[in-house]
Amino acid sequence: MAKEAPPRWDRTMQQRLARGEAAALGELYDRFASLVHGLAHRVLDDEGDADRITREVFTHIWENPETFDPKQGPLRSWVATLTHRLAVQRLRQTEAAALARDGSGTTEDLERKVRRASAAARADYIVTNMPAPLRAALELAYFQRRDYRQAAADLGVTADEARRRLRLGLQLLSTAHDNSTSGAPPGHGRTW
Amino acid sequence: MNGPDRFESYNGRIPAPRSSVEDGGQPLPDPSPPAPSAPTTASAPLVLEHRVLKSLLGAWALSACSPEEAEAVEAHLGTCGPCAEEALRLRDAVGLLHPAEPLDLDPMLRTRVLEGCLDRRPPRIPVPEWVAPYDAETARLDALLQDIGDSEWHAPVRLRWFDRDGLVSRKTTVAGVLAHLMMVDGLVALALGLDELPPMVEASGHTGGEASGGRPGPAERTEAYWRASHRPPTRAVRRPWRDQTHTLVRTVAFEAGSGPEAPAIALGSGSGSGSGSAEGSRGPGRLSVDYGNFELPLRDSMLDRAFECWVHAGDIADAVDYPYDPPAPRHLHHMFDLAARLLPKTLAARRRAGLASPPRRLVAAGSPGRTLRLEVEGAGGGEWLISLDSPGAVASAEHEVAHIALDGVEFSRLAAGHIAPHEAVAGLDGDREAIREVLFAAASLSRM
Repeated sequence: MAKEAPPRWDRTMQQRLARGEAAALGELYDRFASLVHGLAHRVLDDEGDADRITREVFTHIWENPETFDPKQGPLRSWVATLTHRLAVQRLRQTEAAALARDGSGTTEDLERKVRRASAAARADYIVTNMPAPLRAALELAYFQRRDYRQAAADLGVTADEARRRLRLGLQLLSTAHDNSTSGAPPGHGRTW
Repeated sequence: MNGPDRFESYNGRIPAPRSSVEDGGQPLPDPSPPAPSAPTTASAPLVLEHRVLKSLLGAWALSACSPEEAEAVEAHLGTCGPCAEEALRLRDAVGLLHPAEPLDLDPMLRTRVLEGCLDRRPPRIPVPEWVAPYDAETARLDALLQDIGDSEWHAPVRLRWFDRDGLVSRKTTVAGVLAHLMMVDGLVALALGLDELPPMVEASGHTGGEASGGRPGPAERTEAYWRASHRPPTRAVRRPWRDQTHTLVRTVAFEAGSGPEAPAIALGSGSGSGSGSAEGSRGPGRLSVDYGNFELPLRDSMLDRAFECWVHAGDIADAVDYPYDPPAPRHLHHMFDLAARLLPKTLAARRRAGLASPPRRLVAAGSPGRTLRLEVEGAGGGEWLISLDSPGAVASAEHEVAHIALDGVEFSRLAAGHIAPHEAVAGLDGDREAIREVLFAAASLSRM
């Protein structure tokens, strides 16, 4: 039920959080906990670590609701960016600590691992939030092994359109690989 | 396209849940046969213009075009730099696709996370402790509903309760149960002055109501809703139900903070005397919820709604074969406490209806009277003294004539009307008649 909330919901939520309404915090959790936990788990691959990140994310929002700027984009993407940043940060820390402890692997291995985890989480988010027609086309082609003509028939569109959707869907997805090395993607074009 | 380093939502549409689209377990169809439009002769390679080749890159990366088209694309990549670059990029992107993993969020994580937050920054408008069970139980049920598939919403459920002298039941579906919860929660919304009723229910509820006098009660409202829907309820009922639960928590929190003194919860640790909750004279303590043929103070009503939410979540979980745990012990304790406090009045009502024997002796209000000790064991349990002769009498340990000891889960099943009084597994000691009548009164706490 990842309903895209209207901007008004975002603004009201921010005001309620700023006002110190505990009920608003509960609603915020109900709407975003599975997103936050899912992304954190994708990056860290550990239940306890994902729980901890979930806690950090909601604490951050509750303590600093004013750092969200509705003009910069939806609350949902801001929450995702924050989660991603904190999760990648933790992954880097724990991997670096492991590296320092037993010296197995190299810094390049570490970077590769962080990059891969970071892109995987971003890809999850992109797939869940891309326009439904693109996602449907990708799902038919990848998971159901339909070729683009069959997918076009399933979707009731022309073969041209099916090709277009597959290409566009992958183009969106490919942005998950971009800039995922820094570990601290600047969400909303500023630092928190 | 959006900046690559941000999480953007690509449009304002509502994405379908991934789990309903992907079905990891299904067998993969055979590799696609060559498309009829593509010539299959190896001797005549396909010649396509650049525009078409470029448009094929996505399908190519996914191995979703004909072998001839794939061959043409690959030949083209050797000569066209931009296309080669894009092809590589899209191939890499395919590696990021994977089936959605079912995500089971630990329902207790919610409490831990919220408490952690509130410790760091105390709320200005807190959720009162007597609303916490409702908040937690509705969140738990919502998490269960998140996981169930479309068809499971129509799984049959039998609502069960105890009516006067025996167990009764009513058939509905998972979605029907949720509609029932929504309609009864609506009674609280009404008490709070919230505009919650779909017009059709308002109309049919009043004409079809059977509650003596007053407004339609839980059963009438539920039946009216079911009657008024042309088709059986579907998963679409989840959203309005959830929105209403959120609105209730929010409004009650404000309501609780608006009194001159916001009283802390007055529930003792199992020392309830049966004389009713210590309500303040202002603020939320003054509000009561009209159930048609009885009323409950707002705070008791929120506990009642929490209990019913848990009970019906259990019904739903059974219907779709999911495990479902009892509430957190401290929430359970509040629910047990409410039940214990309601017992003397329920007993009196059964007497008035001729369903229980008259009191042994008349006790002046405020004086000690015959008492039954109710001991609820296990998580959230405690001990309560139940006044037997009249709700106005004071229960006291010196006047104990009987003792019932039973497990918390058993007590819940009894109070929910899921088992008959004689089926309850309990340790019984003392006055047989008192025990029998209290067990029947406990079962009578249930309703549709």
